[in-house]
Amino acid sequence: MENNISLLLVAVPLIAAPVVAVLPRGRLPWAVTLVVTFLCALFASMQLYGVLSGGLISYELGGWAPPWGIEYRIDAVNAFVALIVAGIAAVTLPYALLSVEQEIPEEQIPLFYSAMLLCLTGLLGITQTGDIFNVFVFLEISSLSSYALISLGRKRQALTSAYQYLIMGTVGATFFLIGVGLIYSQTGTLNMQDLAVRLPEVAHFKTVNTGFAFIMIGIALKLALFPLHLWLPNAYTYAPSVVTVFLAATATKVALYVMLRVLFTIFPDSFLLAAHARELFIVAGIASIIIASVYAIYQEDVKRLLAYSSVAQIGYMAMGIGFASATGVTAALIHLFNHSLMKGALFMAVGAIIYRIGACRMRDIHGLGRAMPWTFGAIVIGGLSLIGVPGTAGFISKWYLVAAALEQEAWISVAVILFGSLLAVVYVGKLIEALYFKPVTESGKSVTEAPLMLLAPTWVLVFANIYFGLDTELTVGVAEKAAAILGVVNP
Amino acid sequence: MDFFIDHYNYWVVIFLMMVGLYTVISRGNLIKKIIGLNIFQVSVFFLYISVGTVEGGAAPILTDGIELYSNPLPHVLILTAIVVGVAMTALALALVVRIKESYGTIEEDEIHELDHSL
Repeated sequence: MENNISLLLVAVPLIAAPVVAVLPRGRLPWAVTLVVTFLCALFASMQLYGVLSGGLISYELGGWAPPWGIEYRIDAVNAFVALIVAGIAAVTLPYALLSVEQEIPEEQIPLFYSAMLLCLTGLLGITQTGDIFNVFVFLEISSLSSYALISLGRKRQALTSAYQYLIMGTVGATFFLIGVGLIYSQTGTLNMQDLAVRLPEVAHFKTVNTGFAFIMIGIALKLALFPLHLWLPNAYTYAPSVVTVFLAATATKVALYVMLRVLFTIFPDSFLLAAHARELFIVAGIASIIIASVYAIYQEDVKRLLAYSSVAQIGYMAMGIGFASATGVTAALIHLFNHSLMKGALFMAVGAIIYRIGACRMRDIHGLGRAMPWTFGAIVIGGLSLIGVPGTAGFISKWYLVAAALEQEAWISVAVILFGSLLAVVYVGKLIEALYFKPVTESGKSVTEAPLMLLAPTWVLVFANIYFGLDTELTVGVAEKAAAILGVVNP
Repeated sequence: MDFFIDHYNYWVVIFLMMVGLYTVISRGNLIKKIIGLNIFQVSVFFLYISVGTVEGGAAPILTDGIELYSNPLPHVLILTAIVVGVAMTALALALVVRIKESYGTIEEDEIHELDHSL
C-alpha cells in the first residue's frame, strides 16, 4: 500500500488535470481540484508516516527493476518536501475559490484549475522520483504550467513577466539537461542511487566536472539563487494572487530539494568541485540576503517587496547548504518548511487586500489595517516570523542556521544572518506602518474585512507559523533525520 | 588536428549551442528569442543522440546477423525532450500573440518603454 501511495501522489493530480479542463463552468472544477489536493495531502502525510516508521519506500514503475526502469524512491528527505508541497496546495485551494472567481475570466476557470493540478503534478513528481532524467521532465511540467498560470494575471505586465520567466526557465532546464547528458555519457546510468555508486570512479574527468557545473547553474536558475533571480520579482508581482501564494511557497523549495539531492546524494563527498560549489553557495547566500533585503525595503508594491524578501530567504537556505554540515542542512530544510508557511500566510493576506481594493501599492493600502483587522493580524504575525522573532517558526530556522555558522566559526555569516533580520525588521515595519499608522485614504474608508473563505486558510498558515515556532518535533525531528539520510555529518 | 576531426559532433553541438544562446541574449525581438531558444535546445538533442552512437553499431532495430547496436536510450530520452521543447515553443508563441495584442509590438525595448511611460 505504501509503495503505491508514492505513485498515486503523482498519478492522481495528473489524471485529474484533463478531467477538470473539460468540466462545465461553475464551481465544479474547483470542487474536484479541492478533493484532489486534499487526497494528495493525505497521501503525502501517510507517506511521511510510513517512511518515518518503516524506512525506505521503493516503487518500480511498470515493474522494470532499477537502474534500468524508473524508480520512485522515498526517504525522509523527499517525503518531507512532498508533504510541504501537498500541504500548501491543500491550504491554497479553499482560498482559491473567491480569489480566482474575481481575478480570472469565467471561461478560463476550468483551465486555470487544470494548469494548477499540472503544476502540482510536476512539483510532486520531482520530489518522488529517483531518476534524474525524470526530474527534468517533471521540472518542465511544473514550469510550463506555472508560465501559463503567471500569464493569467490581470495586468498586461503579467504576459511579459511570464515570457521572461519562460526564457530564463527554459535556459535553466536545458542547462540541467546538458549536465545530465554529460554525466550519463560517463556513467551510463540515470538512477540517482546508481549514479552515486558509479560517479566516484569517473569523478576526476572533465566531462563530469562540466556536467556538474551545468546542473548547478540550471537548478540555481530555477531556484532563483542570487544573481540568477531576475525572473522572480516580476513573476510573483504580476501573477494572480493564488498563483503567487502557491508558487512562492512551493516552486523554489522543490528546486532547493533537487539541489540537495545532487550535491549530497548523487555526487560523492570526495568530489572536489562540489566543495567549491558549497563555498559559492555561502557567497551567493550572503549576497542575496543583503542585496535582496535592501531592494525589498525600497519597493512600492507590496507583492514585489515580499518577492524580494523571498530571494533573501532563499539566500538563507543556500547558506545552510553551503555549510555542508548536519546542522547546516537541517537548518536549510527547516527554513524550507517554515518559509513556505510564512510566505504562504503573507501572500494570502496580501491577496485578501487585493480582493478588497484591487491593488497593493504602498499608497493604496494606507490605514487599511484598521478596516481589515484579521488580515492585518496575519501580516503582523507572518512578518514577525519572517524577521525571526522567538515564538514564531522563523526563529527556529534562524536559530539552527546561526548554530551551524557558529560551529564552523563563520563569523561573517553569523553577522550577515543577524543583519538580514534587521533589514527584515525595516521592510516588515514599512508594511505595518503603511497599513496601520498612515491616515486612511479617501477610497479606503469604505473597505471592509475580507470574507471568511480567504481569512480561514490565511489563519491556518498563521497558526502553523506559531505552532511550529513552539513545537519543533515535526520540523526539526524530520529535518535532522533527512540530513542524516543525505549523509552530511558535523565536521 | 585529429582531435578536431574525431570530435566533430561536439564542435557542431558547441557551435549551435553558442548561436542559440547568443540569439536569446542579444535579440530584442520576442520571436527571434524563441528561435534562438529552439536552436539552443536542438544542440542539446544533437549532443544526446551523437553520444548514443556506438562505433560500427547498427541502428537499434533487432535484425538477424547483427551483433552490435547503438545505444537507443539517449534517443528515447530526446524524444521526451523534443516533446517538452514543442510544448515550450507553443506556449511561448501563444504568449507572444497575447503580448502583441495588448502592447501592439513584440520588440523588447518598445515594450519596456510602454511599461515605464505609464
